[in-house]
Amino acid sequence: MKWVLVAGVLALLALPAVLSSYALTLFILIFFYGFLGQAWNIVGGYAGQLSAGHAAFVGVGGYTATMLSIELGLTPWVGMLIGGVLAALLGAIIGYLGFRFGLRGFYFVLLTVAFAEICRVAVSNIDALGGPLGLYITFTGNPRQFQFQDGRVYYYIALALMLVATLTAWAIERRRFGIYLAAIREDEAAAEALGVNAFKYKMLAMVVSSFLTGLGGTFYAFYLFSLQPNTLFGIPLSVEIIIRPIVGGAGTLLGPILGSFILTPLAEISRLYLGQGGLHGAHLIAYGVLLIGVVLFLPEGVYPRLRRALARRSGQTR
Amino acid sequence: MDLTLVLQGVVSGLLFGGVYSLMAVGLTLIFGVMRVVNFAHGDMMVWGMYLAYVLATRAGIDPYASFLVCAAALFALGFVVQRGLVDRIVDAPHEMQILLMLGVALVLENVALVAFGPEPTRVRSPLASATLWLGPVFVDVARLVTFLVAVALTTALWAFLFRTDLGRTIRAAADNTYGALVVGTDVRRVYAVAFGVGAACVGAAGALVSPILPFQPPTGLSLSVASFNIVIIGGMGSLLGAFVGGLLVSLAESLGAVFLKPSLKELFSFSLLIVILLIRPAGLFGRRSA
Repeated sequence: MKWVLVAGVLALLALPAVLSSYALTLFILIFFYGFLGQAWNIVGGYAGQLSAGHAAFVGVGGYTATMLSIELGLTPWVGMLIGGVLAALLGAIIGYLGFRFGLRGFYFVLLTVAFAEICRVAVSNIDALGGPLGLYITFTGNPRQFQFQDGRVYYYIALALMLVATLTAWAIERRRFGIYLAAIREDEAAAEALGVNAFKYKMLAMVVSSFLTGLGGTFYAFYLFSLQPNTLFGIPLSVEIIIRPIVGGAGTLLGPILGSFILTPLAEISRLYLGQGGLHGAHLIAYGVLLIGVVLFLPEGVYPRLRRALARRSGQTR
Repeated sequence: MDLTLVLQGVVSGLLFGGVYSLMAVGLTLIFGVMRVVNFAHGDMMVWGMYLAYVLATRAGIDPYASFLVCAAALFALGFVVQRGLVDRIVDAPHEMQILLMLGVALVLENVALVAFGPEPTRVRSPLASATLWLGPVFVDVARLVTFLVAVALTTALWAFLFRTDLGRTIRAAADNTYGALVVGTDVRRVYAVAFGVGAACVGAAGALVSPILPFQPPTGLSLSVASFNIVIIGGMGSLLGAFVGGLLVSLAESLGAVFLKPSLKELFSFSLLIVILLIRPAGLFGRRSA
């Protein structure tokens, strides 16, 4: 298994040499959404705290790096980290309120949605942040400004982000921290009875997750050269973030990535063909149907099922 | 601050509250009976609005008459959603229920988007232009009629739940599912009926509000948030709480609009939601439960 992964990463590193520019864009999106899904997976999958407002962290990260770059001329490479820290701060506030006041399930979902929506409405109403029209970044092609003439650089940055998030999740999974999170997810009262400080570990998971997601905001902004409150803070982005790990397998290391490899091409194809016909909501209908189908027929996601099927086959050949 | 303006806010807020109450009673009924939060509640209401719109533009039926048709149609939708989807996950973990209902909400909202487009719509009714003066305060006749019908429907629902056998069975299943099973209740049928009645509430509420409130497919989300606000204030599962909460939240939003910029109204209702979640998650009339 380990060698398959190493071979996969090597193949992805070599891939841009043979990709068309459209395929390159598709892979950038697969990696980027895989990265966001993996970041969400830390708190939403491993810790089992269903955050439905992760777009807020993308927004905070993106707006921070962009404002620092426009107003102070600070390079987004540094702004990215500051954006991550601010996103983590927001994550800590949401986590503190949610976990300290014991909001579970439905109530926690509502809390996270409410915070993301408040950010969206607030940013839309602040003229200094561009209001509802948002901010635009002028293209200079200067690598110091996180801008590149060659699309392949974005490919490698997106791939690196996905790998960083996955290594983080892997490090958490193998440590005691990961075991505690699984215990909290399965039965919080029992975990606490055994002496696990559930509040502390849920907070940690939330902060790590929101920091990583905040880093993604900078990539989003400087890859698309524009930020609008409705797209960066909106519920549709939160849905995009959640749906990949859920479909691929929440709380598993490769689930979010597998989910992104399945869903991102589907979403892009349906956007390409249905969106042109004026059917803008079409890919969200497909997401809704997919969510319902996964809950009813594949509640643990694709990856665990796939792994079992593979294990069974290799067992037979041996 | 002009006192008349405040008084005006109070009157319009309370009158609009009838619709909020009806909507929240539907949500709390569904939650009380099967412990499932209908995330698609607002989107179902938007379908009630579009149905009233189609009936008004194609068949010339006034929404104040077609609300019964809309209620019946949404009853059928709720019944089918319960039988086909919710019934399979009634005992599943909360996360799974939430994701399923999010899926239903996404489908309903975006099918409406594809079918009707993103432009805001409003249903015309001759009542909508009539007004009536009560001293210094004017009363929108459409709002008054909407309020009266909504209160009448809520009362009818009350009578159904407390005075009929089927209503008593629904309350019994909500109180103690196991006990209801033991005495031979067809709990699955009760669940489907309860979900249908909850959806019928927003079908009627949607039609009644369609001449007053301009709507578009994303309106469903803000209506869902308003319903969650009300039901959490009133206490999840409490019918009286939902009714009173509907009037209170509508009043608060209406006064908020008097004192705040209209664009900040949304900010106000989301902040209200957070405060309520933190200080009183069991609501004014609710019992604290896991």
